[in-house]
Amino acid sequence: MMNTKRMLSAALLLCLLGTLLCPAFSLAAKEETITLRICNWEEYIDQGDWGEDEVIDLESGDIFGENSLVDDFETWYEETYGKKVHVEYSTFGTNEDLYNMLTIGDVYDLVCPSEYMIMKLMAEDKVQPLSEDFFDGENENNYYIRGVSPYIRNIFETHDIGGVTWDKCAAGYMWGVTGFLYNPEVLEEENAATWNLLENRDYNRQITMKDNVRDAYFAAVGALKSEKLTSEDFTSREDYVLALQDEMNDVSQETVDAAQEYLQKIRDNLYSFETDSGKADMITGKVVANYQWSGDAVYAMDTAEEDDYILNFAVPQECTNIYFDGWIMLKSGINGNAEKQQAAEAFINFISRPDNVIRNMYYIGYTSAISGGEDERIFEYLDWNYGAEEDEEEVVDYPVGYFFAGEEDNEDYVLSVPEEQLHRQLSAQYPSQEVIRRASIMVYFNEEQSERINRMWIRIRCFNIQSVPVWVWIAIGAVIILGVLFGYQRKLSKQRQYS
Amino acid sequence: MRFSRKTLGIPYAVFLLLFVVAPLLVLFYYAFTNGQGVFTLKNLTDFFTDPNTLGTLAYSFAVSLATTVLCLLIAYPVAYILATSKLKAKSVIIMIFILPMWINFSLRVTALKEILTIIEGNLAFYPFLNSVLGMTYDFLPFMILPIYNSIVKLDISLNEAARDLGANGRMAFLRVTLPLSLPGIISGVSMVFLPAMTNYVVLDMLYNSTYIMGSLIGSYFNAYNWHGGSMIALVLLGIICVFSLITNGKEDEEAKTGGALL
Repeated sequence: MMNTKRMLSAALLLCLLGTLLCPAFSLAAKEETITLRICNWEEYIDQGDWGEDEVIDLESGDIFGENSLVDDFETWYEETYGKKVHVEYSTFGTNEDLYNMLTIGDVYDLVCPSEYMIMKLMAEDKVQPLSEDFFDGENENNYYIRGVSPYIRNIFETHDIGGVTWDKCAAGYMWGVTGFLYNPEVLEEENAATWNLLENRDYNRQITMKDNVRDAYFAAVGALKSEKLTSEDFTSREDYVLALQDEMNDVSQETVDAAQEYLQKIRDNLYSFETDSGKADMITGKVVANYQWSGDAVYAMDTAEEDDYILNFAVPQECTNIYFDGWIMLKSGINGNAEKQQAAEAFINFISRPDNVIRNMYYIGYTSAISGGEDERIFEYLDWNYGAEEDEEEVVDYPVGYFFAGEEDNEDYVLSVPEEQLHRQLSAQYPSQEVIRRASIMVYFNEEQSERINRMWIRIRCFNIQSVPVWVWIAIGAVIILGVLFGYQRKLSKQRQYS
Repeated sequence: MRFSRKTLGIPYAVFLLLFVVAPLLVLFYYAFTNGQGVFTLKNLTDFFTDPNTLGTLAYSFAVSLATTVLCLLIAYPVAYILATSKLKAKSVIIMIFILPMWINFSLRVTALKEILTIIEGNLAFYPFLNSVLGMTYDFLPFMILPIYNSIVKLDISLNEAARDLGANGRMAFLRVTLPLSLPGIISGVSMVFLPAMTNYVVLDMLYNSTYIMGSLIGSYFNAYNWHGGSMIALVLLGIICVFSLITNGKEDEEAKTGGALL
């Protein structure tokens, strides 16, 4: 007994000492190390650990992902700025999840939501603007401002929330467009390249669609306004880009009602709405077309190709939704700490360094917002990835000047690629200039408008009790009454039996 | 140092307080307030006036009713045969039924999806049937085990007595075995029926695009409407409470009549 007592008290003492000492240690360490809390999409940064056969052997040097980019950043930061930084890296599943996490009280310094969530957070004054130093193109370490694509930069500079342009607060990370991933053996391109594919009875129950209200609404509006959007009058308008954006962001009650009717109609024509089974079902051949984001489409095409199964990607002729994910710093996390803000901005710059951009694009399949500026490696990577071999027969020119130089007819940025790439990975990763012309942003809707489209979505997905025919109600009522009568009669007979 | 029985309960009490009582209070708070944190009953009235929530409730009810009936139809004969047979390898057979429970459930549903695709060709035509099959597959062991337990505990001489008194095999089963195994059936039903009303993962995986209660709550939270979502969860909790109160009462009653039979 005595012995156990002594052991217990010794254990208690150890525990006490431990709790007393631990914070002391960590406090001492904290003074030197900056802690950066980053929250990003799942599977949205290079985790390193590549196989040896995965080296990207560009002429300007090999690129290889050995460690994760987060670890590399910690090393790079210490070498460059002589200060230690520790990254607490976590992930989120959807923009709405992230927003809910922030509302509950999770604190992050740097997060990477999509454009509409950035707008929402900016409108709610939760975003810490980027510092002036971040925009200093003279500084060699400012890879973002030196390398961001002129095309992306222009979009960020010309859109604003309450008078503040996006570029003041957000740094682009990845971008893409929406379209249809399809099986070219079953589906012709002309049928795939329109939002009307969703209502095409020839492919009844063979098409899947993204299960979220924004993508579904965009597709419905695109299909409803198909005729107008493709008409000569509309496409040749001088203010075509702005007019298109207005049309596609129309959330008036009329349009929402029409979209609801349309979605209810196509629901029975679809295979299903999907959250993440879309890619797998395309690869296994369960469905013939899937409404997909370009980055995921690239991934699906790559995976299918490994089994010699060919999938194509088509962007609807009416219009497409161009989307961005961007880095923003949160006021609640940075909290006026200049050192922390500097580290957060350094992180954005580090992952915008061309070799890291290439690692990321290779690893996750999405397209970076960085074109590299004077550094030619990203264009070189594109050529390495898609450029035609010398013995290729059908070769076409594929200009990407809009992205790399900001001018559509720039002759320095023209790839010569195999003809099939016009429908494949390249067309999804770097859409052609024609596609870019009909790309529209989907803005963030205010509370009333969001409520309107969310209500619409619930009405589409829920079973409406008013749609139950009268005879069913009568039948249910009859069954219940019969059941009660039967039970009562049994009870009576039982009582008689025992008494 | 001595521990009394009460001290042994402390870990559970702490757990209960932190992870059951506290979240429940939060749920109540959200369900009865609006965006400004002011008390309101609007969420409650919304629930019962919105044809979509009521429709979803009816749909979930239909899915879980079908699942429960199907589970019962499969599970009862299996449990009965297992419990009454004199098989030597009985424990092995029971093991085979429990084994799937140890495999991750999303993996099982994925496998089911492939099997159904082979049979049906295109899953999109039978979403209701697929959901019911998926749920049955998922919940079957929860139905078999309690029924098996209640039958295996039955005194065989009761059945023999019934036969001696002139009941044929069918009568003896209907009047003796079935009523006495009712507690097992009830606990099986409550283990299947209630979870089936909210288990929307199976529906999602089997391409059923119609919401059930679980997915509806999720969609409210996605639209940042925590108040409406909490109210749905609360109403569901209420329904479950009423349901288990009724079945508990029933269980006691059956126990009494079982005693009266003796």
